[in-house]
Amino acid sequence: MTAPLLEIEDLAVRFDTEDGPVEAVDGLGLRLAPGEILGLVGESGSGKSVTAYAVLGLVRPPGRVLRGSIRFEGRDLLALPEAELRRVRGAGIGMVWQSPRTALNPVLTVGHQIARLLRHHRGLPPRAARERAVEMLRLVGIPEPERRARQYAHQLSGGMCQRVMIAMALATQPRLLLADEPTTGLDVLVAARIMELLKDLGRRTGAAILLITHDLGTVAESCDRVAVMHAGQLVETAPVRTLFRDPVHPYTRALVAAIPRVDREVALEPIPGAVPSLLHAPPGCRYAARCALATGRCRQERPALLPIAPDHQVACFAAEPVA
Amino acid sequence: MGFGGFLLRRLALTVPTLFGVTVVGFLLAYMLPGNPALVKAGPFATPDFVAEVERQMGLDQPLPVQYLRYLGALLQGDLGLSSSTGRPVLADFAQRLPATLELTLAALLIAIGIGVPLGVLSAIHRDTLLDHAGRVLSVAGVAMPSFWTGLLLIYVFFYLLDLAPAPLGRLAPGLQPPAAVTGLYVVDSALAGDWPALRSALQHLALPAATLGIAVMAPVARMVRATMLETLQSDFVKAAWGAGLPPRRVIYGDALRNALIPVVTILGVVFGFLMAGNAVVESVFAWPGIGNYAVTSLMTKDAGPIQSFVLFVALMYVVVNLAVDLLYGLIDPRIRLG
Ligand SMILES: Nc1ncnc2c1ncn2[C@@H]1O[C@H](COP(=O)(O)OP(=O)(O)O)[C@@H](O)[C@H]1O
Ligand SMILES: [Mg+2]
Repeated sequence: MTAPLLEIEDLAVRFDTEDGPVEAVDGLGLRLAPGEILGLVGESGSGKSVTAYAVLGLVRPPGRVLRGSIRFEGRDLLALPEAELRRVRGAGIGMVWQSPRTALNPVLTVGHQIARLLRHHRGLPPRAARERAVEMLRLVGIPEPERRARQYAHQLSGGMCQRVMIAMALATQPRLLLADEPTTGLDVLVAARIMELLKDLGRRTGAAILLITHDLGTVAESCDRVAVMHAGQLVETAPVRTLFRDPVHPYTRALVAAIPRVDREVALEPIPGAVPSLLHAPPGCRYAARCALATGRCRQERPALLPIAPDHQVACFAAEPVA
Repeated sequence: MGFGGFLLRRLALTVPTLFGVTVVGFLLAYMLPGNPALVKAGPFATPDFVAEVERQMGLDQPLPVQYLRYLGALLQGDLGLSSSTGRPVLADFAQRLPATLELTLAALLIAIGIGVPLGVLSAIHRDTLLDHAGRVLSVAGVAMPSFWTGLLLIYVFFYLLDLAPAPLGRLAPGLQPPAAVTGLYVVDSALAGDWPALRSALQHLALPAATLGIAVMAPVARMVRATMLETLQSDFVKAAWGAGLPPRRVIYGDALRNALIPVVTILGVVFGFLMAGNAVVESVFAWPGIGNYAVTSLMTKDAGPIQSFVLFVALMYVVVNLAVDLLYGLIDPRIRLG
């Protein structure tokens, strides 16, 4: 196996809210090889975005990283001084933000917003940066890129904003792209095109992609591997085919069963219960309260993420071989 | 809708406002205690002569007739005569306006020059000593009445420290005002290269401008702090951090630019505040502006200047708010007109 591009170990992020501490991410581990597309899946509120913020070093009070390490190209980002971290952000790691329209500055033209990154990170002179920005807009499939470059976010459609966001994230040719719900809020057709674009650009630039989504369907078509998150904890990780064919963790199985499919008449099986409150989270498995297989042990003790096959790991006592 | 259309509609909207102001101004002057005819006729006039003056001034007519006469004259640019100076009010105004403008602009400059950085720093260093100090300063600035701030500054800088000149007018006695170009002594003396006059004009301007500026600095600082805090939390500022842009670029380029947009809207309010404050501050510093003129006229029950002052302030208010609206369209691409 090649050296991982990104390796997260035992990451824990806590928010100290007025109601008490919220463990938004608890003991998360991930590996991403160069050029790989990894899907990070989970219901809303399961800590996916917070994980991405942690990678960029953007967890701000009331939040803080409790423990863990995030190694990018061999360097621990959590130990990096702020000035060096700024060189990694944007230049080494690009981010596609969850809501592209509000993540674009409303009073700067989109062309300017791309160009200034090129000037800052790549040292391009203003003119060259502007031209390259227009090139990027063309590359992400925006018609009339010269004209669009002079426009503001409010003058663009949602799909167009998302393309701008992608152009911005990839302009500096980062080795890793964090794409946070890149298709949420777009209609199906536009969403499909955006996913195509991401995959295509990832292949062409060699950038690895961490694709964050709450929609397992998106993952099936785009990713090499999948990591499933539930309430801040990683419950299962496997190659896409394995995960869809043999999901092991009860939560993954519920998610897979809930995917709407044309060839299946069975009604959707909704996952019982909601994502549990992360306030004063219980010590055991956070899925226990929603799990049909839960035992007393599940509520007391936290199952570790253990391999059950090469490249397939599950955190569930029911999946462990009986000792 | 084109820009011209917008402007026209906006101007049309000001007509009822200004009309209302003429009514208020008129009634205000009417209700002033005392008889203007008596003042005009002088202390030794006979009752017959006073009645004659009343007839001349139209004071014996019913109220609506008096108002219509007043309005008719107004439309011809006739603001009436000042009974204390004996000159047309319009001429008195024109003569005093530059002094008021100079004071108001200087105060605005001080308010923005201190208020904006103070607001930004308070937001960035939220809940630190600096933030609290800024808050105390702001509250004090608002809570202290202008005449008190003015007297305090005079006491400290003129009486105790002898750093400022006597609070009497715009220039040291004996100095000639510079040739009028803008009417602002600071600008004109600089244009003329008259350094002693420039020095003296700045010295005389400093305390009254500071008095007025301190009063309006507070709302500016609080507003900037609030909008800055909100903007710093916004998605696009987070995205700018996430893109590895340097902090100064993010704070001033991304956050402040957006935070200042709503601040522009309160400039209209701030300006109104300044106009009201002018009357007091000009009196304290014997500043020969229209605020001072209005206060003097109030004392002598000189109706013409008072009505005109009210009308003028309202007019300025309307114009400034119009300018603010237009400015808003310029700096916020989301509401670009047309
Ligand atoms: N600024 C914050 N303050 C307090 N809690 C937060 C904050 N941001 C995130 N959280 C907590 O972290 C949890 C995970 O959030 P997030 O990562 O945004 O979920 P998602 O998987 O939908 O992206 C949320 O449920 C919330 O409780
Ligand atoms: Mg999210």
